Amino acid sequence: MIHLHHIHKSFGRLQVLRGVDLAFDQPGITAVLGPNGSGKSTLLKSILGMVLPNEGEIHFDGKPIDKLGQYRKDISYLPQIARFPENLRVHELIRMIESFRSQPSRSAELIHHFGLESVLDSQLGHLSGGTRQKVNLVLTLMYDTPVIILDEPTAGLDPVALVKLKELIIQAKDEGKILLITTHIMSLVEELADRVVFLLEGRIYFDGKPEELKQRVEEPNLEKAIASLLSGGHLTPIQPAQKDSKPIRKMNGKVVQPQVKF
Amino acid sequence: MLRIIRYSFADLIRSRWLYFYTGFYLVLTGALFFISADLSKVIVSLMNAILFIVPLVALLFGVMVQYNTREFTELLLAQPIPRRSIFLGQYLGIATALAISFLLGAGIPFVLSGIFLSGEIWNFSILLLSGVLLSYVFSALGYLLALINDNRIRGFGLAILVWLLLAVVYDGLFLLGLAWFSDYPLENVAIGVTVFNPIDLARILILLKLDVSALMGYTGAVFNKFLGTSLGMGLALIILVIWAVLPVSMIRYISLRKDF
Repeated sequence: MIHLHHIHKSFGRLQVLRGVDLAFDQPGITAVLGPNGSGKSTLLKSILGMVLPNEGEIHFDGKPIDKLGQYRKDISYLPQIARFPENLRVHELIRMIESFRSQPSRSAELIHHFGLESVLDSQLGHLSGGTRQKVNLVLTLMYDTPVIILDEPTAGLDPVALVKLKELIIQAKDEGKILLITTHIMSLVEELADRVVFLLEGRIYFDGKPEELKQRVEEPNLEKAIASLLSGGHLTPIQPAQKDSKPIRKMNGKVVQPQVKF
Repeated sequence: MLRIIRYSFADLIRSRWLYFYTGFYLVLTGALFFISADLSKVIVSLMNAILFIVPLVALLFGVMVQYNTREFTELLLAQPIPRRSIFLGQYLGIATALAISFLLGAGIPFVLSGIFLSGEIWNFSILLLSGVLLSYVFSALGYLLALINDNRIRGFGLAILVWLLLAVVYDGLFLLGLAWFSDYPLENVAIGVTVFNPIDLARILILLKLDVSALMGYTGAVFNKFLGTSLGMGLALIILVIWAVLPVSMIRYISLRKDF
């Protein structure tokens, strides 16, 4: 369904993706993990055509992605930051996004699911961060698309909303959809993910089942496995970039090892 | 694209800043009528205010809206719509909201004063047309500056710099130039330089129509003398329209190549 071939992307002098090859063909949930600045969002955004790679090709459903973006009708995307035009009302925003796609929408069901009925007439600028995120989720999940991309879907959500989100994610998985999720919450990954892609400094260091990752670093839970992966020892990219052999990051002329913070 | 224009417009017309802007023109035009009952005097006074305020407000609005809708733009970019529709739609929404706000604020007092029954109707129309064109030109420039500069302080700073250069410094530099090179024939140079300032073009357009030679200034007089009223006005209008189109094509060019 989605194929990325040797994707390179730099912003100015900062190389964010360094030769990423990935394929998402099987239904299920893939967690794209990595510390801040590892290139997760850039990777997801390049699938949507929001970030334009310097090199490499992205194919969606067998065809190279184009600038007109019609292929995006098959993708639902949740952006990391939920900010909307402040003076529009919630129901107007939902209607606006619905008007862009001539696909059936289940917005009413999702509004009920997240308990948003009481804020439908509120202006978006007056909503709290968590409520905005719920609106963001409604906008993302209201279409029946084969691919769903969620960039930090849990940000700002209360525990009740988080449980409801998990239900929706599992429902989408059961319907045979391809889900790509970035998150820093390892318990969520452990609970939901069928596959883990671990990115660091724009390269893929692990791509496989969560159990395989745990076995590889001999740690019983995923959080510790990731920490162990980052602490050295196991850090070998599975796809070394062929075109550059430069050190990972230079700061004032000194080579700096990857700084990892979760 | 029409849908984007509609929603960008709907968002803006609820902004209190836009009400404030309309209210400002209502009060200003009303006050001018209070001071003088002579329609043509009111038009000239209003022109001086418009040439300063419309560019400044349009620039700042263009920058502000572009920055404020950055994250929302990401959501739009994920929809199956082409990029150019998103950015041109947003820009047209801003520019149209500003233009309508200006038309209402400056227009209502004139309508109440019986402009339709007077001989000043065409002079007044040119004044409104200039204000509308300046709204489109400068909101495009503001939007473009914000699109190019991810740093918000730099974007706002550049917008104010553009306004200062075109609305304030330009006249001073122009006069200095005239004084320094007064021994040379400067008419063609003057016309050439005016092309680079949409505010001066709008001023010339209005004054040629009003035919107030005392207020035309050097460039206006040159336009009048060498091109005549109708050709001068035609040329000023065409260049103003080019000024409105050029930044829009730049917005299109940049938006197709930018990462979000």
